[in-house]
Amino acid sequence: MAADKAIGPIRRSFAPWNDPKARPFIEFRNVTKRFGDFTAVDHLSLGIYEREFFALLGPSGCGKTTLMRMIAGFEEPTEGHVLLDGQDLVGVPPYRRPTNMMFQSYALFPHMSVWDNIAFGLKQDKMPKPEIAARVEEMLALVKLGPFARRKPHQLSGGQKQRVALARSLAKKPKVLLLDEPLGALDKKLREETQFELTDLQMKLGMTFIIVTHDQEEAMTVADRIAVMDHGKIVQVATPAEIYELPNSRYVADFIGDINLIEGRLAPAAGNGARLECAGTGATVETSQPVEAAPGSEAWFAIRPEKVTIGLEPPADPTKNALKGTVWDIGYLGDVSIYHVRLATGATVKATIANRTRLVERPITWEDEVWLSWSRDGGVVLTR
Amino acid sequence: MAGPDPKGGGGRFLVLGIPYLWLIVFFLIPFLIVLKISFSTTAIAIPPYTPAIDFAQGLTAVWEQAKEFTTDNYVWLTEDALYWKAYLESLWIALVSTFLVLLIGYPLAYGMARAPARWRPTLVMMVILPFWTSFLIRVYAWIGILKPEGLLNQVLLAVGVIDEPLVITGTNLAVYIGIVYSYLPFMVLPLYAALERQDQTLLEAAADLGCRPIESFWKITFPLSLPGVVAGCFLVFIPAVGEFVIPDLLGGSGTLMIGRTLWNEFFLNRDWPVASAVAVILLLVLVVPIVIFQNQQKKNEERLR
Amino acid sequence: MNDRPSWFNVTSLVLGFSFLYLPIVLLVVYSFNASRLVTVWGGFSTQWYVSLIHNQGILDAAWVTIRVALISATCATILGTLAAVALVRYGRFHGRTLFSGMVYAPLVMPEVITGLSLLLLFVAVGFDRGFWTVVLAHITLSMCFVAVVVQSRLVTFDRSLEEAALDLGCPPGKTFLKITLPLIAPAVVAGWMLAFTLSLDDLVIASFTTGPGATTLPMKIYSQVRLGVTPEINAVCTILIGIVATGVIIASIATKRREVERARAERLAAAAP
Repeated sequence: MAADKAIGPIRRSFAPWNDPKARPFIEFRNVTKRFGDFTAVDHLSLGIYEREFFALLGPSGCGKTTLMRMIAGFEEPTEGHVLLDGQDLVGVPPYRRPTNMMFQSYALFPHMSVWDNIAFGLKQDKMPKPEIAARVEEMLALVKLGPFARRKPHQLSGGQKQRVALARSLAKKPKVLLLDEPLGALDKKLREETQFELTDLQMKLGMTFIIVTHDQEEAMTVADRIAVMDHGKIVQVATPAEIYELPNSRYVADFIGDINLIEGRLAPAAGNGARLECAGTGATVETSQPVEAAPGSEAWFAIRPEKVTIGLEPPADPTKNALKGTVWDIGYLGDVSIYHVRLATGATVKATIANRTRLVERPITWEDEVWLSWSRDGGVVLTR
Repeated sequence: MAGPDPKGGGGRFLVLGIPYLWLIVFFLIPFLIVLKISFSTTAIAIPPYTPAIDFAQGLTAVWEQAKEFTTDNYVWLTEDALYWKAYLESLWIALVSTFLVLLIGYPLAYGMARAPARWRPTLVMMVILPFWTSFLIRVYAWIGILKPEGLLNQVLLAVGVIDEPLVITGTNLAVYIGIVYSYLPFMVLPLYAALERQDQTLLEAAADLGCRPIESFWKITFPLSLPGVVAGCFLVFIPAVGEFVIPDLLGGSGTLMIGRTLWNEFFLNRDWPVASAVAVILLLVLVVPIVIFQNQQKKNEERLR
Repeated sequence: MNDRPSWFNVTSLVLGFSFLYLPIVLLVVYSFNASRLVTVWGGFSTQWYVSLIHNQGILDAAWVTIRVALISATCATILGTLAAVALVRYGRFHGRTLFSGMVYAPLVMPEVITGLSLLLLFVAVGFDRGFWTVVLAHITLSMCFVAVVVQSRLVTFDRSLEEAALDLGCPPGKTFLKITLPLIAPAVVAGWMLAFTLSLDDLVIASFTTGPGATTLPMKIYSQVRLGVTPEINAVCTILIGIVATGVIIASIATKRREVERARAERLAAAAP
């Protein structure tokens, strides 16, 4: 338990990407990968640091799996270089790379027992037999599968298979562990448990983990940093909190969580921050986050539904942003209710209100005229 | 996904190179030789033809020889009505047999596909099992049944249906029976695959909408099984055209099928150039159905994907 | 839908299978006929099997056939498996169309053409015809069937298994032997069995490509059948049917038992936490 408690402070202070002296452990230098006419990865550069838990996030076909397979050696870049610890990996076959991968399908060898699956990689290294046995036992204990060592993969449940796959890929103590949608086949409850187990394991072993996923919640839960990808390019690389609170584009804002986007044009800002004139209404909204774009250019105001408050009267605080609208629909989800409020322009803004008290007669209902309000740092102005 | 191949240079060369070379030497070149000999002149010697090309003499010599190519063998084929008849009769016999196989195979495949699920693998195996036993044996078995003093005639005489033995062996009827029997599994298996895959709720839906069982067979079951019907028909028709054993053992001297003509031309007349020309034309006749069949299969596979 | 078969289905099954099996059953029954007349039942006897043992011609032919089948099936399985791997794994290589054409063509090519063309090859290069020319011809035909059987298994093979082995440090050649081959083994074995029976059955190609001293059993049967039906031939056929049927039934029972065990293990695993 003492060791577990130490993890908190380590995680909190872990941020080599902010350290100008730190050197990336894995580096993509201007990498392009084409399959025939299709460009899977497009002039991409990225640095991943030692001991980092890094997530590649994006919809299918965005190039995240190709990126990971280039680290493993199953794909070679068409242009550019992939470096590991300063060494160029291009041309090194997968079986000579110090990386190991946990496959989406688990890829457990069906004709071998759990024990033999875990020992497979060690045998390739010509490790002495007693050492192999010790290492396999250690791995079995780590994933709590000791009693199942002699079983074949088809005699295991989905969760057990997943743990064998994890143990097998960790057995060789790789410098980098690659996880390709590792939890995709598990049901929701088991998936959530396993996510926390993975982060614990990563801290304990002190390895670099790279995970590919299309599930934003999974990426947010496990990763130190997330790279959001689209069409072979990285749109944003940042910590989960930054990605959520300060997305750099509509694509990222929309991909992660629920968001309201209001179209408009930049107006000259008063003081620091940014000001946006909403299209169709005369109303303006202000944010505390400055924007590097000329006044008059097209922009969007983005705000999460839970940051919007809803009331029958305009807000008393004049520094708050406020817009008027009509309640169009109410979705009751139990813990929260989502109000769909239609503005004069016809655009709809969603506001999530926590149901702190038990269902009693709520003061706001369908077709009420309401005021939506939020503080200056509640949302951001996006220019792309 | 076209990744770098995990099997590096040398291994890859062997894996592809060995079977490739084998097929070029033992399939492609032999066929080119057939083509070549079909343009040669018949000679009474061993081998009984004058070579049209001798590669040992280099390309110029090959070109010189090429000028001496003769189309006599093909002219001969068109002039002698025997060959025309043989080609047409092969096609006709194959066509009729295919139709008969379909007629017998469909109810069988249908019965198998609608049998209780736990019986089905056994039934499929029972259809395949005779297919593993020798073709020759299966044809031979029919001789004992069909010949004038054979079992069929004995039974029919005993029952009193006929007064004197029917002559079946040595007629085209015997050839039809032989082909139907030998090729039945080729028809039943694709039909079964198509019928078994069908969603039974479609028939319930049809019944629910007021369709009587017979109607729903013709309007739903049969149209949906057409890919199986087409596959089965080609699988029977193509090999039946070139069939040799069945017409030779069950048919009479009047049964002129092209496979048998080729055999006779080769073994009895020892006219290798004409035999080669017969083979080339037989292949040309079959190329059309083969190409149609392969396109059809490709389309089916894409549809199932 | 009710699961009880209708009278129509039962009738078509009974008639269909009678048609398939009656000739074979009759052939087997008459091999035990005491009478030399094939069509008259003269009581039970095994005399034709006894006389078979003393028929040196048939025994020699059987021995030739078995050797041809063993050698050609084994070579065809190796070549066919290589061809299947090349077809499935090498994507678009130079000359792929020609290669796949050559693999599929012999499957539909009339036997008389395959036989004739191989014979003409052997004559052209001055190869003495006999045992080995039959073996070469059978390898060429069977390898294409093996390739198709193995290919259909390889297409559904999960490539990430091979990638996992490479990732764990196993070089490509070793990966094929340790991971791929054990997993496609059932298809390879099925391919071998198919090649073996194809060779055992073949009359036409063997007739074209054989030479003096290498008469196969089908050729022997064929020449005797042309002279008429004899109970001795019935006995030979019965033995052949018996061997093939036993082989196929054992193989399918083994497969069935493996499947049952596997299904049971999977049920147990699903029940476990």
